Amino acid sequence: MEKENYTISVYTENNIGLLNRISAIFLKRRINLDSFTASVSEIKDVFRFTIVVSVTEEQVRKIITQIEKQIEVIKAFYHRDDETIYQETALFKISSKLLFEERQIQNVIKESNAQIVTVTPEFFVLEKTGRRYEVEALYDKLEPYGLMQFVRSGRIAVTKEKMHISKILETFTIEEVN
Amino acid sequence: METATQTVTKETTMKTERMTGAEAVIRCLLAEGVDLIYGYPGGAIMPVYDELFKYEDQLTHILTRHEQGATHAAQGYARTSGKVGVAMATSGPGATNLVTGIADAQIDSTPMVCITGQVASHLLGSDAFQETDIVGISTPVTKWNHQVTKAADIPEVFAKAFYIARSGRPGPVLIDITKDAQFEEFDFSYEPCKGIRSYKATPPTEPKSLEDAADLINAAKKPLIVFGQGVILGEAEEEFTALIEKAGIPAAWTILGLSALPTSHPLNVGMVGMHGNYAPNKLTNECDLLIAVGMRFDDRVTGNLDTYAKQAKVIHFEIDPAEVDKNVMSDVAVMGNVKHTLAKILPLINKNDHQAWLQQFNDLMEIEYDKVIKNELYPEKEGLSMGEVLRGINEETKGDAVIVSDVGQHQMIACRYAAFSKSKSNVTSGGLGTMGFALPAAIGAKMGAPERDVIAIIGDGGYQMTIQELGTIFQNNTAVKIVVLNNEFLGMVRQWQQLFFEKRYASTEMTNPDFITIARGYHIPAKRVTKREELKEAIKEMMTTEGAYFLEVCVEKENNVFPMIPTGASVSDVRLS
Repeated sequence: MEKENYTISVYTENNIGLLNRISAIFLKRRINLDSFTASVSEIKDVFRFTIVVSVTEEQVRKIITQIEKQIEVIKAFYHRDDETIYQETALFKISSKLLFEERQIQNVIKESNAQIVTVTPEFFVLEKTGRRYEVEALYDKLEPYGLMQFVRSGRIAVTKEKMHISKILETFTIEEVN
Repeated sequence: METATQTVTKETTMKTERMTGAEAVIRCLLAEGVDLIYGYPGGAIMPVYDELFKYEDQLTHILTRHEQGATHAAQGYARTSGKVGVAMATSGPGATNLVTGIADAQIDSTPMVCITGQVASHLLGSDAFQETDIVGISTPVTKWNHQVTKAADIPEVFAKAFYIARSGRPGPVLIDITKDAQFEEFDFSYEPCKGIRSYKATPPTEPKSLEDAADLINAAKKPLIVFGQGVILGEAEEEFTALIEKAGIPAAWTILGLSALPTSHPLNVGMVGMHGNYAPNKLTNECDLLIAVGMRFDDRVTGNLDTYAKQAKVIHFEIDPAEVDKNVMSDVAVMGNVKHTLAKILPLINKNDHQAWLQQFNDLMEIEYDKVIKNELYPEKEGLSMGEVLRGINEETKGDAVIVSDVGQHQMIACRYAAFSKSKSNVTSGGLGTMGFALPAAIGAKMGAPERDVIAIIGDGGYQMTIQELGTIFQNNTAVKIVVLNNEFLGMVRQWQQLFFEKRYASTEMTNPDFITIARGYHIPAKRVTKREELKEAIKEMMTTEGAYFLEVCVEKENNVFPMIPTGASVSDVRLS
């Protein structure tokens, strides 16, 4: 089986230590994480981890069952890239001098659909949201001018299909109370 | 509560009492029906120990001589009693000393709650005296763990801990409590946990899976069952026996499935795996249907997965979804507690008998008997064999004793040759293979089943890893029978060195102390046997002596355990010599 990119979405209770438990599952199998993002979800008190890994489908299927085995995990899903809508965000901190002195950099900014977040006498900050290759393309264009700072977020993704977490939560509650 | 999992609770008005967190710990244990715990005090858990003093008429604390001993004793207690074992220790080294036992309990699905003291919450993360991140350390080897920093959280965390430890596929849970939380006062009330929002202890059983499994069983010409500890943990012995008898299916056991089915049952065809029996290993690669019941296809069972039962359809009865298709792909997975799923499938199964197929097992058993078993149980050479010691024990106990074995050659011999007439009789370290397990586990096993004879079978290596627990046995007058099979070697490693490392016996020969003197130092009656003619009488004396007894049997130095499947080989490549 060939490796490919999978986006793993994990819906969880908000518990200290869970991050450790989930990352340990990957550590034990010596799988590198491409990105790992934690955030609130559409459901009150339910958190969501979005993890990107490059593995085989058999590996990701087994990882999902191990993740779901954790007490605080409500449900975990995995999806291929074409089953999700996903984005990453990057911030570029660049000397303000360049903005005024390098005409070409203005063209790069315009063509990339990046947004200027702030401008000070010393630096300006450019924000670019998009797929990894779009962010990397912009990086390649700006890097020769000199970057004061660069940071990129992990992937965030929503699926094209519904995930019905609220309904899944109801089945947990109903089963245990009865 | 901001840090623990959401619990499913009913709205109730509960009576509260003002008390400290330390007292609440004791009250939680009592509310969960705990009357016995194992542990070792220290600075960060002293408030709880102080409260124990007050409750000593309701809650017995067994002071082991090392925290590892506390966990193994709690495991032994859980394995024979079917209850949750409890172990307690202080922070830092006390907590880290628990880790081996916790890891052992995790891989062998033993319900256990471990309680550790922790430095005061304002010191957390400051590298304070005896501070260690035991929650972080134990994360990969616990079913759940949690750090309590506020006394008010104690009741809910304990209720959850016991619920998680004993429900579904059981396992160990660790609760770490800061010292200030032990001193803090709050209004205590207790309600047992009835469910956790994100945790489905037992997965639902799909009716279709039962029908599909029944169809495969009814159509099979050469079915083979491999059963594991799931049968014992699910208390499904009766349902399991009913199924194999109705369908006439030969049943082989994994090391932890042992004793779920009486040794003498005509459909019991022995052990599978590396040192398992010849017939079930060979015929795994001939059966047309492999039915796994409450077992997890450990690599010691399957050998090379590329050649494991490839010709067979596979049905997997399992409670843990993560075990299905993990190592062996199943054609039908029947999820749920095997007590329920086996009961549900029984009416769908046709009465059958597979005489010709069973005869194949009998034929291979005869070959194994002639080439291996006869020489092990009735040796003609001068040196004592481990197998004849087990035969002597069987003859004396009639298969009614609990056998606790350590790890090594003697473990494989004990599991291969000990006779069992009832369930929960085999206590051993299966998945982790922890040397030093048996002596403390035997203490717990005896306390978990005080009416039964408990015999620990230990090698000279493993014995010296936890030999200090003789002190626990002496102090508590625990009537365990200790049999050390002394070959002055780390026998299993030596066997591998002989077979796979050209007899280079690197650091496996042991110069041992006088074990008899040591036992007598702890006021435990002791005897050493070096000759065959002394053995029977010595075993009789051991079993008829009231209280603990130590028996050292000096066995042949360089004997090997066969059959054997070399690592990475196919189960059908099992070697008889």
